[in-house]
Amino acid sequence: MNNPSADDVDVLEEDGLGRVGLRAGASKLMQSWRMAGIFIPFAILFVILSITSQPFLHTTNLINILDQQAATLCIAAAGTLVLVAGGIDLSVGATYGLATVVAGEIAAHHSPVLAIAAAILTGLVVGLVNGLIVTVFRINALITTLAMSFVIGGVALKVTSGNLIVLSQNSGFYRFANAQFLTIPSAVWMTLVFVVVLGLLLSRTTFGRYMVASGGNAEAARLAGVRVNLIKVVTFTLSGGAAGLGGAIDISRLLSAQAASGGSALSFTVLAGIVVGGTSIAGGQGSVWRTGIGVLFIALIGNGFNLLGIDPLYQQIVLGLILLIAVGLDSWVRLRRR
Amino acid sequence: MSDVSLTIEAGRVHALIGENGAGKSTLGKIISGVIEPDEGTLTLGARHLVLRSPREALANGIVTIAQETAIVPGLTVAENVYLGSEVATMGFVHRREARRRFRALAGHVGFDLSPDDLAGNLATADKQKVDIMRALSRNASIVVMDEPTAALSSDETAALHKTIRSLARRGSAVVLISHFLSEVLSLSDSITTLRDGRLIRTVDAKSATEESLIEGMLGRSLTAAFPVKAPADVAAPVLLEVEHLSAPGVVDCSLVLRRGEILGISGLVGAGRSELARAIFRDAKVSAGRVRLGDAELAGHSPHRSIQRGLALIPESRKDMGLLMGRSVRENVSLSRLDLVSRLGWIAAIRERRAVSKVLEKTNVKAASMALPAMMLSGGNQQKLLFARSVMCSPSVLIADEPTRGVDVGSKRAIYDLLVEMAHDGMGIIVISSELEEVLGLAHRVLVMRHGRISAELSGEDMNQQAVLAAAFAENVAG
Repeated sequence: MNNPSADDVDVLEEDGLGRVGLRAGASKLMQSWRMAGIFIPFAILFVILSITSQPFLHTTNLINILDQQAATLCIAAAGTLVLVAGGIDLSVGATYGLATVVAGEIAAHHSPVLAIAAAILTGLVVGLVNGLIVTVFRINALITTLAMSFVIGGVALKVTSGNLIVLSQNSGFYRFANAQFLTIPSAVWMTLVFVVVLGLLLSRTTFGRYMVASGGNAEAARLAGVRVNLIKVVTFTLSGGAAGLGGAIDISRLLSAQAASGGSALSFTVLAGIVVGGTSIAGGQGSVWRTGIGVLFIALIGNGFNLLGIDPLYQQIVLGLILLIAVGLDSWVRLRRR
Repeated sequence: MSDVSLTIEAGRVHALIGENGAGKSTLGKIISGVIEPDEGTLTLGARHLVLRSPREALANGIVTIAQETAIVPGLTVAENVYLGSEVATMGFVHRREARRRFRALAGHVGFDLSPDDLAGNLATADKQKVDIMRALSRNASIVVMDEPTAALSSDETAALHKTIRSLARRGSAVVLISHFLSEVLSLSDSITTLRDGRLIRTVDAKSATEESLIEGMLGRSLTAAFPVKAPADVAAPVLLEVEHLSAPGVVDCSLVLRRGEILGISGLVGAGRSELARAIFRDAKVSAGRVRLGDAELAGHSPHRSIQRGLALIPESRKDMGLLMGRSVRENVSLSRLDLVSRLGWIAAIRERRAVSKVLEKTNVKAASMALPAMMLSGGNQQKLLFARSVMCSPSVLIADEPTRGVDVGSKRAIYDLLVEMAHDGMGIIVISSELEEVLGLAHRVLVMRHGRISAELSGEDMNQQAVLAAAFAENVAG
């Protein structure tokens, strides 16, 4: 949907001067530039790391990166939908934390399926509450989800009484994220499926179109018959659900959980990945694919710093600068299109 | 735009006319420093000017009042007027002095605005007044006005005309870009016609007529401004019935719309016309009354359901309420009826393109490609996009709120033809317009609103300008 050249087949009628055609060309160029935006630095970074670091291109290292990023990728994919529909979700870190401890508490005594279902359900409920507060009470999404992240963090502490939950490597629960298929762990497979499904949802379905409309111009969307509030509630619910899923994946991978895991650090990493991927913070524009690349780009930077033995201190500085560049480019493109 | 030469004299009103895309706004933007010319020069008095930004133009006494208002919603009216030229000592603003100057200025131009209202809460027409006052407060030597009266009611327009004349009398040069030919003829001293980015001619306003101007703009003469009215069938089945409807800004309104009928709604800006439209469309909290569409009753608060039942609305502001400016023509058109081109929520791209291209052809939208963002289209074509969206809904009733606002003469006629054709095909149409001629030229019947009520219903012989104006201004209102 973000690629006009793919479906730019019908040419209707040229304006008398051919001037509209020219402007169309310029705009298309800008659009495709936006498309390519994150792919090019990603490719460059990938090549650089391949050359400079021996272990980087090793399959184990690459799979390891994907495995570590599974939860972040899932959450960022759903977060993209929230942003596109004109919202923002800062509560995903706390929701993720709550989901891990809920799953941990249940997995310690009950069946793994129940634990996983409970984690996802927890996320869905939190997301639904977020969505309802934002739409029904018309409270700014940023404030709502910020406030909710404190509430959820408190609930998670209450659930665990502040303790660390550690699970044994016995049950089927461990297999949830660590089962191998074609030498790739199930966490990566699940993430792949989840990201592809959300990507198609945004780019190929009526629901995706409605999200874009709601975020682009809510008033126009509503008058065109789009149920803007419903769309927003669904995106928040999906975002919460994704945080639940991410939590379930990670506690299965790591077999330990505590209330403080995730938190605002995760929320910001997710948001950084989305924005680096070129999704507009202003809504109405974005892509799940590019979010995936954005998250992996950030992960590659971390991985590269580790492999090359650079002080991790610089990692944060570099990440911050990249984020600024990404947002700067976004607003520059928008200014040029005026 | 290419090779246009123009001399604007102090103390005169110089009008620029032409169809949308003819280059009048571009020319205005060059004068006001928004766009830099590729070639050619700009001379002010004896000085050669190179304007790189509106700020530099401002420093040279060139002020622009744009089509879209440029106010800060969170500031008060007075703060907006003096934005950038605050009356202040060391950064501290003299509020009382600002307010005093504001009152003097408002009195001078005859605008009825309170300095302490939040600008964001104002109606469009009032926001425009704020823009105009800001320009006036800077004692501009050249004022460029791009469609200043498009959103104003007739009495407000008259007041603005007076202001424009007094500006010219005080020695300013006014560049007036307008689609209203009667306004151009009555206000300006010289008129420059542009077509396809080229200068056609500059004439003295006294020697011009509406016909000669239209001919210059189109390169051909427009035989009639409005299509021939088909007689209304009084026995046709009723499509829409509104009974005692009350909502914010709407008091106890009742109306009936028949198949094939065009019903005009007139009244001053703020009389409740758009509010009534949105109440019928169920986009407002309706406090009393009923809306029946065919056999179904529209209830609740859901534009979504209204569209499904066969009611479509073209809102008054295509930029704020109509289009997704950054998205493609295709997405804008299909938005309301994605269900027609999708299966289980999955959009069939080919079906969508086919359906959209069909309605674009029917509504005569000119776009280089349907992948083009809506913002790249001219005003007339943007408006037609909204018609295309409505046509795709195949509604039984269409409410068109200001269907030709900011649209050029040629596109206007195309939109009129479209409305008449849709009515001929059996649709019931409500046309709301601030342009009296438009309502009278299109409608079979006219309702006049005042203070949220319907103050008169006119048809046949009684449907004329005097009767409508009398009802719009009438003091005693009958239900």
